[in-house]
Amino acid sequence: MTLTMTPTVDAGGPATDIRRADPTGGEPDPRASAQTTRIHSVEGVEVGPRRRVRSARLDDRFNVLGAAAAGIAVAVLLFGWFTPLSGGVGWVLVAFVAFLGFYALLVSLSSDWQEVKDRVMAVMLTSAGVILFGSLVFVVAFTITRGQEALPHLNFFTQSMELAGPLDGLDLGGIAHAILGTLMQITMALIVTVPLGIVTALFLNEVGGPFARFVRTISDAMTALPSIVAGLFVYSAIIVLITHQRSGFAASMAITVMMLPIVIRASDIVLRLVPGNLREAAYALGSTRWRTVWHVVLPTARPGLATAVILGTARGIGETSPVLLTSGVTAVVNLNPFEGPMISLPLQVFDFVKSPEPTMIARGFGAAAVLLLLVLALFYIARVIGGRGPGELSRRQQLRVIAASARDHQRITVRSARGRAAGPPESSSPLASPPAASSPSASAQKETSS
Amino acid sequence: MSITTLPSPRPGISPDGVEAPADQDAPRRSLDSRPSGSDTVFRSVAFGSGAITVAIMLAVGVFLSIRASDALGVAGLSFLTEQEWSPESKTFGIASVLFGTITIALIAMCVAVPLALGTALLISEVAVGRMRATLVTLVDLMAAVPSVVFGLWGVFFLQANVIPVATWISTYFGWIPFFRVTDATGNALTEASAFTSSAFIAGIVVGLMVVPTQTSVMREAFSQAPVGEREAAFALGSTRWGMIRAVVLPFGRGGIIGGTMLGLGRALGETIAVYMIISPIFTINWEVLKTGTNSVSALIALRYGESSAFGLSALMAAGLVLFLITLVINFSASSIVARSRSGAESS
Repeated sequence: MTLTMTPTVDAGGPATDIRRADPTGGEPDPRASAQTTRIHSVEGVEVGPRRRVRSARLDDRFNVLGAAAAGIAVAVLLFGWFTPLSGGVGWVLVAFVAFLGFYALLVSLSSDWQEVKDRVMAVMLTSAGVILFGSLVFVVAFTITRGQEALPHLNFFTQSMELAGPLDGLDLGGIAHAILGTLMQITMALIVTVPLGIVTALFLNEVGGPFARFVRTISDAMTALPSIVAGLFVYSAIIVLITHQRSGFAASMAITVMMLPIVIRASDIVLRLVPGNLREAAYALGSTRWRTVWHVVLPTARPGLATAVILGTARGIGETSPVLLTSGVTAVVNLNPFEGPMISLPLQVFDFVKSPEPTMIARGFGAAAVLLLLVLALFYIARVIGGRGPGELSRRQQLRVIAASARDHQRITVRSARGRAAGPPESSSPLASPPAASSPSASAQKETSS
Repeated sequence: MSITTLPSPRPGISPDGVEAPADQDAPRRSLDSRPSGSDTVFRSVAFGSGAITVAIMLAVGVFLSIRASDALGVAGLSFLTEQEWSPESKTFGIASVLFGTITIALIAMCVAVPLALGTALLISEVAVGRMRATLVTLVDLMAAVPSVVFGLWGVFFLQANVIPVATWISTYFGWIPFFRVTDATGNALTEASAFTSSAFIAGIVVGLMVVPTQTSVMREAFSQAPVGEREAAFALGSTRWGMIRAVVLPFGRGGIIGGTMLGLGRALGETIAVYMIISPIFTINWEVLKTGTNSVSALIALRYGESSAFGLSALMAAGLVLFLITLVINFSASSIVARSRSGAESS
């Protein structure tokens, strides 16, 4: 890559990223530096400690604490002594309302009405978040805690329910058949969904035209399809008309119908975020549309696409209602997707907790905990792979870019010094080659940066 | 990256093969590029997969409508007004199940919208830095929690703990018709068994399930509120809440409405959690705190196995109505989001 100083006038995404990644923070001025590149020196500039501008004052904190104490006290009084109220949820509600009242009173002692409103609303917003995330954590923790009864038994993961009756203890029988069924169904669904979904998303973004707009409208409409209706469709179109029996294949078709719009939509958004100047650079180099897609668009969007697929998988694994209608309930391991019922984890949970037996309910919670952990694991992988937008660099890539631009800086300084001393500079030094830029987005960004 | 040279079109020949007039000394060059072989393949594969997607999705819609038409032809307009569901005796309609679906969805909205609005504002206005990223991740995670897990929680935890609240509401607000819980003769009921498996409990669970959808749409809209207007509000001496009311909320109004409706669409279609919680009845039950309600999706899950061909067709009709409702809601939601100021730049 030859290094010519072309000032980037583009105000788009990657250019700003580069300026952040550049340690020197120098911005080339197109007019001032016709021959040499000057990079502003940061030496000798004192940078003081960062001031905290958002910290809370001490009496704010005391207001919150005092109001909380008063609110709890009022709730205890009301529930314990004065009124015949009962129940944990009611206690929390009363305590919260009393807390809000006291907090408003305390703030109003030292501030005007506007500030009281501001403070009270901030508390309300925070409590909305606390309630929401509290209930999320609670739902997850509740399931896993109740699942503890079944999870320590190793046979829970290795046996099926073939020999275990409803009255048998937890040391007999397990959910191996449901785990296998889930894996097979989701694999079959992914085999259809991933290529079809991603290529359709490519069609929407890279080919375009009136038909693409139609496809986009239809797939948006399909996200509204209730999952039970998808199941009913597969039940009456495939099972009643063609196969005449419930099977893993039918279930995976139902999951496909549910997952396809999700994957298309998510990939569409990711592909739309691929910076246009990367595409244009590829076209300007004379590459065809297909090569642009294969070498520029897809690699740039890869983390995002992986995230889209994994999140779609997490959704598909958790779908119960389409599977309820299509896969059928069984207690044995069935590895043939086209023959006989094949149960999956969510359906197994549903089937277990229909029973009044405590051991069955414990098994249900165990299966739900396994399902939840599976979803959490998928979600975690999705975050690790693609927590970033396209073109956004990981920590290591950022360090690489910073190191590269530091080397460039050094090279430019050395060369301009040499050039000033002994006429025009010779051809580009070996340092100019991009250092191990494996990701094309990183190398493309290097291009725009240099 | 290797570079492919496009074969330049022969001069003097326009793309459709017609010989150009040769009398000019500089023949007009066509600027149309001729697609290379790989491009043609790529285009046709992409077009083909788009067509397959559309075919699958149209098949669902068309198949549903065709199969539903049998039952709709028999039932006619009474399909929307009849409360009973017995396709075998040809008296069936979705009045009661549709009523139940809408009740549950509305209760879900009462739970979800304040939570979603508060959380979206918390994420976009109050939280900063790492905290914000964590909260966004948690919201996404919540959207991925399977509905059967929420259903378990609703049945085995919430049911028992929310009954005192329901009793309390019906005791003190019983003068509002919805919150009354009475037996057939009109006497108020107070025992706990009258409050189990109600639309209220199902609504709370479904509400928690749709909060993430709503939060992410609203947060997206709020975060696009222009910085200049925010700073202008602060410069005029506004507090943070004043700025939110004057700038962020009006700017994100489309997002609020659109997000609410998207969540409503999901709440209407929710099956498993509802099916696990409610005890199905086939009459219109105005008392939302009282045992017994129904929903279209729970009806399908309940009756699909025992259905004859005609019964299946009736279920299809119910499913079709549900699909049409969610479709209308989704489309109006996305057009509201797209037309609003906050949606104008986003897609």
